[in-house]
Parts: sequence; structure tokens; C-alpha cells
Amino acid sequence: MSKIIDLSLSELVSNIKNKKISSNEATSAYVERSKKSKSLNAYNEETFDSALKKSTEFDLKPDFNKQLPGVPIAVKDLFCTKNVKTTASSKILNNFIPTYESTVTQNLWSSGSILLGKLNCDEFAMGSSNETSYFGNVISPIDKDLVPGGSSGGSASALAAKLTPATIGTDTGGSIRQPASFTGTVGLKPTYGSCSRYGIVAFASSLDQAGPMTKNVKDAALLLEVMSSFDNKDSTSVDFKRPMYSKDLSKNIKGKKIGIPKEYRVDGMSEEIEKLWDDGKNYLKDCGAEIVDVSLPHTKFALPTYYIVAPAEASSNLARYDGVKYGFRTEGDNLIDMYEKTRSAGFGDEVKRRIMIGTYVLSSGYYDAYYLKAQKVRRLIKNDFNNIFQKVDAILTPSTPSSAFKIGEKSNDPVSMYLNDIFTVPVNLAGLPGISIPAGLDKKGYPLGLQIIGKSFDEQNILNIAYSMEDKINFKFNLKEWWMND
Amino acid sequence: MTKDYLIERNGKKYEVVIGLEVHAQVLSESKLFSTSPTKFGSEPNTQVSLVDAAFPGMLPVINEFCIKQAIKTGIGLNAKINNKSIFDRKNYFYADLPQGYQISQYKDPIVGEGSVVLDLTSGSKTVGIERLHLEQDAGKSIHDIDPKNTLVDLNRSGVALMEIVSKPDLRSPEEVNVYIKKLRSIMRYLGTCDGNMQEGSLRADVNVSVRKQGDDKYGTRCEIKNVNSIKFMQMAIEHEANRQVDILEEGGKIDQETRLFDTKKNETRSMRSKEDAHDYRYFPDPDLLPLEFSNDYVENIKKEIPELPDQKKARFIEKFKLSSYEANILVSDLDTSKYFEAVIENSDVKISSNWITGELFALLNEKNLEITESPISAKNLSKLINLIKDGTISGKIAKTVFEMMAKGDKNPIDIVKEKGLKQQSDPAELEKLIEKVINENQDKVKEYKSGKEKLFGFFVGQAMKVSGGKANPQLVNEILKKKLK
Repeated sequence: MSKIIDLSLSELVSNIKNKKISSNEATSAYVERSKKSKSLNAYNEETFDSALKKSTEFDLKPDFNKQLPGVPIAVKDLFCTKNVKTTASSKILNNFIPTYESTVTQNLWSSGSILLGKLNCDEFAMGSSNETSYFGNVISPIDKDLVPGGSSGGSASALAAKLTPATIGTDTGGSIRQPASFTGTVGLKPTYGSCSRYGIVAFASSLDQAGPMTKNVKDAALLLEVMSSFDNKDSTSVDFKRPMYSKDLSKNIKGKKIGIPKEYRVDGMSEEIEKLWDDGKNYLKDCGAEIVDVSLPHTKFALPTYYIVAPAEASSNLARYDGVKYGFRTEGDNLIDMYEKTRSAGFGDEVKRRIMIGTYVLSSGYYDAYYLKAQKVRRLIKNDFNNIFQKVDAILTPSTPSSAFKIGEKSNDPVSMYLNDIFTVPVNLAGLPGISIPAGLDKKGYPLGLQIIGKSFDEQNILNIAYSMEDKINFKFNLKEWWMND
Repeated sequence: MTKDYLIERNGKKYEVVIGLEVHAQVLSESKLFSTSPTKFGSEPNTQVSLVDAAFPGMLPVINEFCIKQAIKTGIGLNAKINNKSIFDRKNYFYADLPQGYQISQYKDPIVGEGSVVLDLTSGSKTVGIERLHLEQDAGKSIHDIDPKNTLVDLNRSGVALMEIVSKPDLRSPEEVNVYIKKLRSIMRYLGTCDGNMQEGSLRADVNVSVRKQGDDKYGTRCEIKNVNSIKFMQMAIEHEANRQVDILEEGGKIDQETRLFDTKKNETRSMRSKEDAHDYRYFPDPDLLPLEFSNDYVENIKKEIPELPDQKKARFIEKFKLSSYEANILVSDLDTSKYFEAVIENSDVKISSNWITGELFALLNEKNLEITESPISAKNLSKLINLIKDGTISGKIAKTVFEMMAKGDKNPIDIVKEKGLKQQSDPAELEKLIEKVINENQDKVKEYKSGKEKLFGFFVGQAMKVSGGKANPQLVNEILKKKLK
């Protein structure tokens, strides 16, 4: 039998169900490996002791009917976890311990899984490289000095380094799919309204969506099945019949029409990405799918639209971090002085930048020119997708314009950093599901991903397409474990 | 017609133009976007959920009951109900505003234009309603408990408010008084707001401007924030209008600004100018979907709407032949109208109306009681009125009985029996009594018969005195007239 940490989530589940591996054995294996991997800086908070205790308890009274029986899982530190510090990687929340549980994590625990710890991310999920975290940047196990992507960088790094059998992230403009692409893992952003936002530290409410990050497509289907639920505590949660994604998973995509949007062939895109995309088309053809050239004419407006809408919502969402009720406070001479000192010291540069952008675009005199116009363009972008989905079943694009970059390479150039999200952002603006799967390596040997975008609530379809392609691609990455210390 | 309310200065007359933004707390068990209770007067910070305190990841979920209350109120204001409305965030920082924004409605309120009819001594007047929207109340900052710190009580944070915006149709402090009372009356009838100004359930921002009588353009207005009693509103308007007239008379210009009313000094003072006005950065709250409901939904709510003051007044005039004035007094408060209808179920309308608006109101006023706390039940008042009507007791004795009833809501029939207050209406008995009076006052009889007719009253008085006030005065009159012929 292969080592526990090499098993996929689905394999681990069946091994536990078949009593070949106990929850405690699995948990111990991941705890041990996590302890040897501190140099990656993937964890903000470790709950190893309580995880081991819970695994023992599970083994004493196992319930094998659960979907994730006794499975240890580390989660992004944006999900509020009861009695476990939740910081959103921000100084302003660095002492915050929620008395409540997010719906998505509650769904995990209700399915039998066990919290391993809270994973590093960009501060308030604002970033594409996990360099904005108050607790320092995360390092990718792919190579030294390489960013894991962001904002779910800790999640991607921990997953790729096998510190957790699967993980969950949040995706506002690509924060699941881009780091998945950078680390050779699978990341799915569900349709807006599929997973409850209750208890997730909000970044941009109309775009935020939690999703699974896994070693393979089947695991993503299984984890989504657990995470997704209708929740009346979130007014934007949608009550639809949720399929059993993992049971219904199929490699039969014969006759499916897959659109290739020409606008995603951006200036300066490398030949490697071009080739990756072409290979993707060929794999799909091999599976019996039909390739259709399509146009999403408003694509070029997606990034500027996103960088108006997301900061606008963020500027308001982050107003609650004022030092009055919880979290970090710097005393001041009066209320305003306390606010200014608290927020100056409590937020990092990128968060402040976005609060300022957001405040600006909502200001009277600028609202119509920026926020209102962005909302109108957002509608056009949605319409583009709606039109295309009359003709095709899904869309194939690269996940990112390049492979992972070096730590520090873009941290002083926000615009070039923002450009990283160019292929993922339109999906959030349209509220659609998108999945990134590892599809190849670039010249440096770094992973590259392909993205499949589906219709609203058609996760099953993109999972099936990804599942079929996964087989053909047969992605392999030789992880060298250079970061481990004994 | 009463005189118009005008401010005279140097021979010129100025008209005062007033518009009100009334904040009415919605009567509901729980808050607008959370399940915390709304009870007034609880220990600080005991009615606060994680949503109200804006903890990370907490989301607002609309309380449908509050929506129904707003629709009901809209119907009561004869207003257009908007099937689609939008909740916006009004962004500003304050210690008692945990989210850093107030969820309110900006461009698309739940209720549009409507109207309210005021009954003034000069006749009725229709005041336009601009809109009604729903919003969250803030918490309370308490500055006077701790010498160094401000304390915050979030019990009120998130309680539903209806902001009812009038058109600039009001012209005097008295009209404002009648308008507020009418709004309160309508909302109490509907059960959508208790209108309790002492507890802050009803407060208003008052917009005041002045213009020369006859001008058709409005002057520049000032907004007086958060005034919490009718008396203070009237004082604030009076002061503010005079202040503006003074400025204009000195050749100055009114600055559009927000002002505060200092109740101790009886003056308004500047809070912030238009230039310093907050930029609230309104935008649709992405945590909430647009609020949409069907016409059927509204129609179903309409079925729950009770008879409102205007309709009830019309009915009272039509059915009970009350004057407009009497009807107004009886319908303005729902509980008064209920009390009245309970009394007249078995009693004469006219006498009932007189006794309720006269003796009963005086009693309640004196004891500072609401009609629901009346020491005399409608049932017993009804009995008293029947005793008057059928001649068992005189009006004068009735007042004595009423006073006794006020001490413990006793049955007036029992009181009359116990104290022997029954009116003497037996002609034979009265004749005996009167004969006695005549016999004992022969000298006065002579004077009377010789033309001193004024003495008739003396004989009536004597007869009443001898009867201990119980003699039926009408019969006494008749018999005396016969005997003294």
C-alpha cells in the first residue's frame, strides 16, 4: 500500500471505511508531515493536538456512513471556526476567536472530518501570491522562492506539499483556481449561491464563493458534495437540487460542445500557454467532445470592472474592523483618532489600497462613472456568457497567463499582479462555476492549469469534463520535498 | 378660518415651510435583519446577536414581518407600494454603528407617494407623503457614565425603523403637532408602531425654510436633526423660523445646513454645513437580494387592514350623528374609540360621548392615565349613563357616583343602591315633600305670589335640599308650578 499522505481524499476515505487505515493513523501522518514543513509557512494556526484527540475519539466510535469519516482537513483561515483563532491573515483580527462556525466548515465536521489547522492566505483574501499576509508569505513546495499563488496560497501549498489530504479555499477573482494552477492541484469555484457565505470573513460579497481544492477531480466532486448546501442564514444562498457530484461523476462527455473564446488569447501570452490550450482541445476531441470557436466580446473589460466592484464592496465590508468591538485596537485621543490609528496599524498596504480604491469609486460624483458603470459592464459580461451557453456546454481557457512567479517578483507592481487574474475574474463577475485542473509544465518545470467554465449550477458537467481530461492529461509532478526538515 | 401662521418683521410677513422625516420604530418581536428581540429597556447589550454586533462573516437575513409592517403602514398612508425595492448600505463610521454602515433604502424605497389628511380647526388639509423606507436603527453611545470612555449599548442596533418623509406641505408648529399625532394614530391603528416618543419609538428630523408670503419659490432649508417630542419640534420650528427671518431681514443668506435643537437653551445651532455633509457612499447591499413581492402579496395584507381613523370618523358621524369635532376626538386614539364603542353598545350615544370626552378625559388627565388604564371600565360607565338616561339619577348625582366609581370601578347600580342615591320620581312623594316646603315658607309664598317670581328657584333649591339632592328636578319644577299657582 502507498503511504497515507500519497492517497487521494477518495482513497483515504475508502481505506478508512474499509478499516485499513484508522482516523488516528491518517491524522498522525498529516500532523507529522505538517510539523516537518513549517518552512512553507502554510499554517496560521495548528490544531494538531485537538485533531489527534478527535481522531482517537472517532476511532473509538467510528461512523463509516459519513462522507469524510475521521478525515483530517486543514482549511483557509478565512472560515470562522468555533473556538479556533480566525484571522483572515490580518493583524486587525490577530487575536480573534469566533464563538461560531461557518456553514461550510460545519458541513465538513458534520460529515465526519477533523480540523487540522487554519491555513495562511492573503490578508482578507486580497492578493494573488500570498505575499500580503500579516503572518508572512507562503512558499510553494513546487520550488524554493516560488509563490503558491493566492489568495488561497496556504491551502494550495499545504495540499501540494501533502500536509492535508484536501482543503477548502475561497475564490473572489481566482483565489482558488490560480493557486491550484500554480501548484499542480485541482481547484473548483462553484456557482455563486452554491456554498453558503455564512461565517466566511467577507471580502467582496457579490463575488466571494468557497470551493474545494484537491489532488484530483474526483476528490473535488466529493468535497463539493459536502460543502454545498442551502443556508437560510445567507440570503444569497440558492435552494437548488444538489446532485451527488462524486457518485454521478462520469467520463462520458461524447458530443459535448466546448467553446474556445478568442478574447482569451491575450497579448503577450506565451507559446507554452498556447500549446497547453491546444493540447487541451485535443484531449477533449479525443474524449468525443466538439470544439467550437466562440466570442466573449466584453472580456477585456472584466479586469477593470472587477477592480472597481471588488474594492467597492471590500471598502464597506471592512468598515466593521474599527477597534470598537473585537480584534486589534490602538488607543487614541478620541474616537476618530482611535479609528485612524487602529486601521492604519491593523491593515496591510494591499488592503489599504483596495479600501481607498473602493471608497473612491463609491464617492458622490464618481459613483456613476465608476461603480454604476462597472455594474452595467458586469451585466454585459454575464450576458456574453449567457449567449455563449446557448451554443456550447462549457468553455475551455488557460487558468492563468503564466506559471508561478518568484516571491517578490510582482509585489511592488500591483497592476502586473492584478493581471494574473485575467482569466479567472470574468467567471466570478458572471457568478459561474469554474474548475482549474493541472494540465502540463512550462519550460521551468512549473505546473500550468486549464480552466473549464460551466453554466450556472452545472458543476456536474464541468466536473465530468475535467474528469475525462484528467485521464488523458495524466499530469505528473515530481515533488522533491526540499523544504522538509527532520 | 383660523389665522395663518406667519412671522411678521418690519411690516413684512413670512410663511414657514416645514417637511418632516419621521423615524418610526417598527413594532416587531425581532430586529430587521436578525432574530434578536427588540424589547425596550432591557439590560445593555443583552439583545444583541452576532449579526447586530457585525462579527466577521455574519450576514443580514430579512425579517418578513417588518416588511409586512412597512407595507401596512404604506397602505395606511394611501401610498403606492413598490413591488421591488432595494436595500442599500449607507456608509459612515460611528461607535454605535457596528457594521460601519447602516442598511437602508436609498433610490428604491418600499413605499412611494401617499397622503395624510389633517383635521385642523380651520378644516381639513391633505399633506403629501414623499416616501417610506425601511432601515436599521443604530445602537446608543453613552457619554455620561464613565468619565473617560464612551460606552456603547447595542440593544437598539438593527431594530427596524420606517422613515416616513413628508412633502414640504406643513406651514405651522400646530400643523406639525396634528400631523405627528395623525401619523401616530394611523400606525397605532395598524399596530405597526407604538408611537411612544418617550422611548424613542417616534422621532423626527425637521426641515424648515421661510419665504415671503405669496412667494412661490421655497427658501433654503435647514434640517434640525433627531427631535424626540412634539413640543420640542414646535419650539425648534419657532426658533429656527425666526432665526431665518432675522437673517433675511438683515440682508443675509440662509446656509443649507444640519442643525441641532438644544432643548435647554431653546435654540438651534449648526451641526454641520452642506460642505461638511457626509458622503455616505450609498450602494446596493450585496448581502441582500432586491426585495420583491407580488400584487397578491399586497392584496392579502390589505385584507388585514383594520378600519382606520378617517374611515372610523366618517362612520361615527354617519351612524351616530356625532359632530366632526366629537368624532375626531373619539377616533384619534384607537383605544379611546374602542372604549367609546364598548360604552355605546348598550347606552345613549350623545350622553356617552359627552361623558367620555368630559368627565372621563378629565379624570384620566388628572391621574395621568391612558384610557386602557381607566379606573372606570366601559361596562360600568355604560351602566352609569343608562341610570342618567332612564332618570334613575340626575346628572348631578351622576357626577358624585362617577367620583365614587373612580375609586375602584364599582358598579354604579350598587353605589346608587348602597348610598340611596336613587332619584325621587314618585309624584305623590314629591308632592308631600313640596307641600312641606311650602308650609314652612309661607312668607316667601306670599312674596312670590305678589310678583317676585325670582323666588321660584328658592323653592326648587329647598325641595332639592330636603330630598338630599335626590328629587327629580324636572318633576319638582312641574309640581311647584302647579302648587304655587
